[in-house]
Formats: sequence, structure tokens, C-alpha cells
Amino acid sequence: MPSLPDMNTPNVEELAARAAKGQSHDPHLENVELKPAFFDWLCRMGDSTLILGHRVSEWCGKAPALEEDIALANTALDLIGHTQMWLGLAAEVEDAGRDADRLAYLRDAMKFRNLLIVELPKGDMAQTVMRQFLFDAWHHAMLTRLLSSTSPRVAEIAAKALKEVTYHLERSSDLVIRLGDGTEESNRRMRHALDILWPYTGEMFMTDSVDEAVAAEGIAPRADELRTEWVETVREVLDEATLDLPKAKADAQKGGKSGRHTEHLGFLLAEMQFLQRAYPGAEW
Amino acid sequence: MLDTRPQTDEIWRWLAEVEDPEIPVISVVDLGIVRQVDWQGDTLVVAVTPTYSGCPAVSVINFEIEKHLRAKGIEDLRIERRLSPPWTTEWLSDAGREKLKAYGIAPPIPDTGTPDRKAQRAARLAGRSALDVECPRCGSRETERVSQFGSTPCKASWRCRDCLEPFDYFKCI
Repeated sequence: MPSLPDMNTPNVEELAARAAKGQSHDPHLENVELKPAFFDWLCRMGDSTLILGHRVSEWCGKAPALEEDIALANTALDLIGHTQMWLGLAAEVEDAGRDADRLAYLRDAMKFRNLLIVELPKGDMAQTVMRQFLFDAWHHAMLTRLLSSTSPRVAEIAAKALKEVTYHLERSSDLVIRLGDGTEESNRRMRHALDILWPYTGEMFMTDSVDEAVAAEGIAPRADELRTEWVETVREVLDEATLDLPKAKADAQKGGKSGRHTEHLGFLLAEMQFLQRAYPGAEW
Repeated sequence: MLDTRPQTDEIWRWLAEVEDPEIPVISVVDLGIVRQVDWQGDTLVVAVTPTYSGCPAVSVINFEIEKHLRAKGIEDLRIERRLSPPWTTEWLSDAGREKLKAYGIAPPIPDTGTPDRKAQRAARLAGRSALDVECPRCGSRETERVSQFGSTPCKASWRCRDCLEPFDYFKCI
């Protein structure tokens, strides 16, 4: 039976006492030298949740089962909620008069810092479910580590998001097992999905100068530190799902973290950003 | 305009009259999302925490709180978003739990959100849920989970094997 990491409950009393005294003070926000790397790193978090949230929302109203339709819409909503927090903080760090909405709706593809795996088309349900699982396993490991970030602002976002991501990981693990160990057809599709997605997974663990700069300040772990835990979760669930870990290189596709994207991102942004581009400043 | 500044106890009572827009039988105070009420100089500051980070009801809730307090005569008012500590279903009031049940939503079962996940998962793979949720309509415990997601982010979809009715379960976080 695969075991999933338990949710970590932050120390509620301590957090409440800190919050009651006003916004948690974060010394990293005043560190001018750190600003470009901190901003980029926050965009990586927020852009990955934004683009995946958008991809998942594409199923809204047309998923194969009503319960799945609702679950996907809820997951998308959570991810877009995380985006508001990450990009909101990114805008504060940048301190250039932009806000989360401007960052989401008025940047061009080359300015996006999301992982390539999240911008790939949603494909069939097998690809959607498999991508969600591979991402959730990383997301859960990352947020768990961020609970002890030296940045109180990053830690409080992680504590909020982790509660929701624990549900995401539970659901996607469950579906990978059901579909992998399901019918001949579902097994074939899940194997195919894994083959397509696997070469994009290595990017999650590639450490560059941005990761090193925030890791040196204790804000986040180095990207490569998450690999062992991720592989462990993935191996356990795939085993249970009767799926083999692919032998292909995991790091063949990369570049999203520094703004080099696949052709798919531009089409996604054309749809997502249309309203703000056509009617600048439009509000509900 | 009020002649004297109302005490915060009075403000809490007023806030208890503001309904949750998605589940109108409980108030924002029952839900546990109002975290602090304070006078800072002449400004009343109300700190509100979101239930789920993408909950679309947040802006409506803030609007309703502001509208209600203004109707009571408070003019200088600020609503703050409070992220930390993150909201938990443990903050639902006892009265709130009873009202949920009467409305047809099974209230969250305390302490089931975190530690027991592995056991829950094992039980579900074996075809049943480890959670013992009572059907809010007929009271039966012969119930099963359909999906851990429901009509709003805070609820899961369940059904009763006895009365066959579907119902919402307010899930633990």
C-alpha cells in the first residue's frame, strides 16, 4: 500500500500571535541584492500554479464524469488561489507598481517562469491525471519544505496551500492507481501519458543561480533536494498502479524556468489574456 | 454616524448577523473566518481569513461585512486579509455545526483532516471510507463518499446507502 506524506500542521498559536501583531515582518523584502532572484523564484511558483490551473480549468463542463468535472474545477480554483498569493508577493518584492493581475495578464510568454510540464496541452484524461500526479508529488514536497522557510511570508503561503495540495495529491494518486490498474485501455493510455510527460519531469529538480540565491537565504530548498522524496512517492504509486518507471531521460525538455517555452504557452496566453489585452483595465 | 465608538463585543454581535453567501444558514462568525476585530485609532479593522485560497466567495463576504457594519453606522472601516494561521474547520462554532446539519450538510468530523490519511486511503481502496459520516437527512451511518470535491471548495460529495439521497459533507482541513 503506498503511503503518502502526512500533512504538516503549523504551530497555530505561534502563527496567531505573530499575525495579531500585524503583518508578519519579512526582512527578505528589504534585501535589494536578492530582489531579482526572489522575484523570479516567486514567479516560478505562481506561474506554474497559474498555467496548470488554466489547463485544468479547460475541462470545466466537459469532463467524462460529473464528479470529475467538479473535482477538476475545484483543483483549478485552488491553484489560481495559490497564484494570487505567489504573484501578489512577487509584485510586492518587485515594488514596481505591478500587482498579481498585471503579472498574470500582461506579461508575454518569454517573461513566464513556469515549468514546461504544466503548459503542455491537457490531452486525454490519462494525460491530465498523470501530469497532475507528477506535479502534485513535487508540489507537496516543495510546500512541505517551505513551511520552515526563513521568509515568514513564504511560509504562511505554503501553510495555506499545503492543506489544499494534500487533497490534490490524494486524489491524483488514487486516480493513477485506478486507471493504471484498471482496464487494458486505461492502462495503455496511462503508459502513453507517462511516456509523453516523463522527459519534462527533470526540470523540477534543476538548480540554477535563482534557486541557489534563494536557497542561500534559507527561503526555499535547492530544486535538486526534492528529487529523492519525489521519486519515492512516484515509484510507490506507479508500482501500485502496475506502471513501470520510464527508462527515458527525465531531463530532455527544459527551459520554462528561465523563459524558454514550448509553442503551447503562447496559444494558452492568447486565450487567457485576451480580455485584458482587448479591454485594458476591464473589471467584473 | 454614531456618537460613541461601539465596543468590539458589540461589533462581534453585529458580525454574527452576516450570513455566509454560499451557506446562508451560518454566519461568518460561526464559520470562524473573522479572526480579529480592533479599533486602530478611529478606524475599525476587521481581519478575515479565506477558507480556501481560491474561494470565490471571499470578495462577496468582505462586501457583506462592510455593508452590514456601515448600515450600523460605522464609517471608518478597513477589512484586512489574514492568511496566517490558515483556516481550519476546527474553528467552526458548535452552533454552526448544528445549523449545517439542520440545513442538510454533514458537519466536519474533528481531527479527521490530518493524521488518519493513510488509513482512510487504505479503506477507500478497499471499497469503503474510514470516515463515519452520518446522513444529515435520515441519520443513517451507512454512507459512502462519492468524491472528495463538491459544490463548493469546502465540501465533499457523499451519498446515503439507506435513504439513497446524495448530501454534502463539510470536509476537514
